[in-house]
Amino acid sequence: MESASIAHAAHAAHPPEAHQSSRVDSRLLGVLLFIISEAMLFGSFFTAYFFVRVVQGVDWPPAPFEFPVLIASMNTAILLVSSGTVHWALHSIKKGNRLGLQVGLVVTFLLGVMFLVTQVNEYFKAGFSIEDGAFASVFYGLTGLHGAHVFVGLTLLAIMNIRTARGHFSPESHMGVEAAGIYWHFVDIMWIIVWSTVYLL
Amino acid sequence: MINPLRSEEDAFRFTLIVAVLLAPIALVAVIWSTGAALAVAGGLVIGLLVGLFVLRREQPPPKADLRPRRRDGKHRILVVANETLSGRALHSEISGRPPGTETELRIVCPALNTKIKHWTNEEDQARADAQQRLEGLLASLRRDGFDARGEIGDDDPVQAMEDALRLFPADEVMISTHPPGRSNWLEHDVVERARERFDLPVTHVVVDLARERAAARSNIGARPAI
Repeated sequence: MESASIAHAAHAAHPPEAHQSSRVDSRLLGVLLFIISEAMLFGSFFTAYFFVRVVQGVDWPPAPFEFPVLIASMNTAILLVSSGTVHWALHSIKKGNRLGLQVGLVVTFLLGVMFLVTQVNEYFKAGFSIEDGAFASVFYGLTGLHGAHVFVGLTLLAIMNIRTARGHFSPESHMGVEAAGIYWHFVDIMWIIVWSTVYLL
Repeated sequence: MINPLRSEEDAFRFTLIVAVLLAPIALVAVIWSTGAALAVAGGLVIGLLVGLFVLRREQPPPKADLRPRRRDGKHRILVVANETLSGRALHSEISGRPPGTETELRIVCPALNTKIKHWTNEEDQARADAQQRLEGLLASLRRDGFDARGEIGDDDPVQAMEDALRLFPADEVMISTHPPGRSNWLEHDVVERARERFDLPVTHVVVDLARERAAARSNIGARPAI
């Protein structure tokens, strides 16, 4: 036990030993490649959106349908705040504040649940279904794809909450929260783009 | 360019930038019309491009976090070279260190490769060539009584130095290149970048292999016939 703590202290006093090029951390490279593939998936849905709207010139949304812009704007605010809370959570653990990490992750999780519940509620009250033409298919496709990503993000956040409660993270070791945080910001950015293109423009 | 996914902090900053950029577009779309919002979006894109490519200022990179130097009387030198490893000038520079001081050498030989081979991960030959050159110099230095070890590094020489310095607590870095005009490393400011990146004395050794070979040939020619 003593030798382990001495070894740890010696390790912490220096930069980590590199057995490969340190240009990119291999775990973050994995996150980066995953997010690039996700961005491409969103890109294909946005292509469908622009094709329907610009090439086919479909009215957006066609009368008599309307998008609930106010609710979507509230959802945007919820996600933006949740980005702030996950950042605060990570900032806390970097400073050794485990309570801050736990509170930040719980609040982020709750905000994500709130977003998803609001979106499902919006679907029920939208007044059109996925079968009501190309515009509806694209609308449900894009917002549904994003909703699925929020669900994945919530799953990651739930795991991080459990791991935090079990004391898995420390100021030196918190890669799980870092990766989940990066993914959550990606989900947030994607929503900002979906919100501005689908609901506002 | 900053990779927005290198850390959560960078990703958060990127999220805020996207939100701030889209806010005026959203505002114009709500208050006026979609056309006006698209005009604002176009203006922002042009502004961003101008900001990125025209007004961008090169910031010096932060100093690398290196291993603390050991105060045990030994002088440790990290030597970075590739094609010039066999050069006599480099060998003389190393051998010319003041006698009496114990010198430990770590040679790093970046496995230079073409861009296409780099991206297709075809680096076996480049590494084998680098290994051959490295072993030649190591054998020669050990014959001269130096404590020398070596390794093959990243194809970016500055990155190779940083990787090596994370393990080797050097007191000095020695970079060997071809002369100006013929050196790809000098073209890419490797010496200046190393001086900016590492808080260590950096010695630049110029090895003119063509001149050394010509001198060697003329010496052979000038030898008296037996």
